Amino acid sequence: MNLEQLQRAVFEVTRQPLTPSERMRPRLPDGRSVREIANALIKPNDRMTSFERLQIYNQQYWFRILSSLSEDFPGLRSLIGERKFEKLAVAYLNECPSESFTLRNLGARLEAWLRKHREYIAGVERVAIDMVRLEWADIDAFDGLELPRLSAQDSGNLNGNTVFRLQPHLHLLDLAYPVDELLFQIRGRDAKSETVSNAVLKFPRPSKIRRSSLPRPAKIHLAVYRLQGTVYFKRLTRDAFALLNALAQEKPLEKAIEVSLLRTRRRVDQLSVQLEEWFKDWSSLGWFAQQP
Amino acid sequence: MPANRFNGNSDYGVGIGLRIPHYQHIFSKKPVVNWFEIISENFMVDGGRPLEVLDQILERYRVVQHGVSMYFGSAEPLNREHLTRLKSLVKRTKTPWLTDHLCWGSVDGRYTHDLVPMPYTFEAARKTAQKIREARDFLEVPIAVENVSSYAEFHVSEMTEWEFLNEVVEDADCGILLDVNNIYVSSRNHSFDPFQYLHSVPVERVAQIHIAGHSKYQKYILDTHDHPVIDPVWALYARAIELAGPTATLLEWDDRIPSFDEVHREALKAKRYFPAQLREAS
Repeated sequence: MNLEQLQRAVFEVTRQPLTPSERMRPRLPDGRSVREIANALIKPNDRMTSFERLQIYNQQYWFRILSSLSEDFPGLRSLIGERKFEKLAVAYLNECPSESFTLRNLGARLEAWLRKHREYIAGVERVAIDMVRLEWADIDAFDGLELPRLSAQDSGNLNGNTVFRLQPHLHLLDLAYPVDELLFQIRGRDAKSETVSNAVLKFPRPSKIRRSSLPRPAKIHLAVYRLQGTVYFKRLTRDAFALLNALAQEKPLEKAIEVSLLRTRRRVDQLSVQLEEWFKDWSSLGWFAQQP
Repeated sequence: MPANRFNGNSDYGVGIGLRIPHYQHIFSKKPVVNWFEIISENFMVDGGRPLEVLDQILERYRVVQHGVSMYFGSAEPLNREHLTRLKSLVKRTKTPWLTDHLCWGSVDGRYTHDLVPMPYTFEAARKTAQKIREARDFLEVPIAVENVSSYAEFHVSEMTEWEFLNEVVEDADCGILLDVNNIYVSSRNHSFDPFQYLHSVPVERVAQIHIAGHSKYQKYILDTHDHPVIDPVWALYARAIELAGPTATLLEWDDRIPSFDEVHREALKAKRYFPAQLREAS
């Protein structure tokens, strides 16, 4: 057995989900005996069998990635409760194992996966997906790229043909539930930490939000962005959101205004004042980047 | 001896790991610390608070980068995106040397995020050394590889762990980040004499030393970095310093992290084993 074959064999076993009692499963999905595989790969010692020794890596793999995902999505965890979250997390990570050198990206495919596996969020589908979108935007805004901001001098040269460039860390979310408020409440109870050690001892145990405490549906438009190292959530009006979305799609300013504010009933002079206010506000928050 | 080509001919003394719970203390009290070790992956990001914090640290302190996911021992090629981001961080920190583990942890582009021990074969040693050389050529900084704690040994192994370490570092012509706690943990898990391991290490290649605590279970010891250093590990450390000289030393404390002062005090115990004339300076 060469190096590549050995590593593939070990990884195939260690990435199999644990049993409910957090032990290594006796068989792989294709029916092969894990004990036989372990015996063929791993030396036993005077205290542990080959199976038990391989099991340590199987447990560490799952404890680590479950702990990381759990830390990144406290909102989803609280919405569906710890047991359902763990089931969801195991199914997600089993289907979408990490493809990045950093655990930071572990949840990158969670929203798309959940849209195909709504059975894991039955009863709270929409609010759960909204929460995941917000929590991923928060992760991405926290350490996303910030380009040089549009300067006052640049702003003086703008015209209807100007194509704006929004900061890569700015996320625009249209949500059916006010999950921003809910996440603030949840975070009041939990604290974030960094993960660097070689061994993980436990899976964190959160508390579940009561169904009666879930927010009522209320469409909101949200900007998630970073300013001076801190991530903020800012609610936007529907028109402001539509305009920013059009700008994000690299439509020239005049076209973006036209498509986003077409249905507005405001008079031209009112619209002009409003646009000026918005652009002043968004510029001060650093949302516009210089063109390359 | 402590300053050598594997640690950029530097002489850093005793440092500690830079950890989030200590940020406030470090920025408000500005404690005297010889150097901080950072986990490279925590700062290989595009922007935001991690890099702002790092830049503030770099204004006042020396920093050495320690990685956890280069996986020199994985059969697959090095991850180019990883290397590119790492090089950008190396330029930012000006780390005199860079460390990662002598282990594997990725297969077909999928990551375990664990430090899985190597099969100690000549094929694995050759491939691992080749990847270390590639990384060093790309990053343009000395590399030292760390011996990991392990809980399993492979039947296919053709040599001991220390013989494998020698094979790799000689072939790659790289340094060693000697983790004496990991030697202790593995010696208990695999029933070998930790001093035999230590005496087999080519001391002229030791760029840095790690010390740490661990957790004891009924049948094995787990490398948890959540306790003070125990006496048998200090004994190994003392011998390592006798052999290699007063080498740059770093205390790892990554879980259940106590106050900054407690961690720093624990790290500074390492100076007891330095020659008298170096105790104050280090």
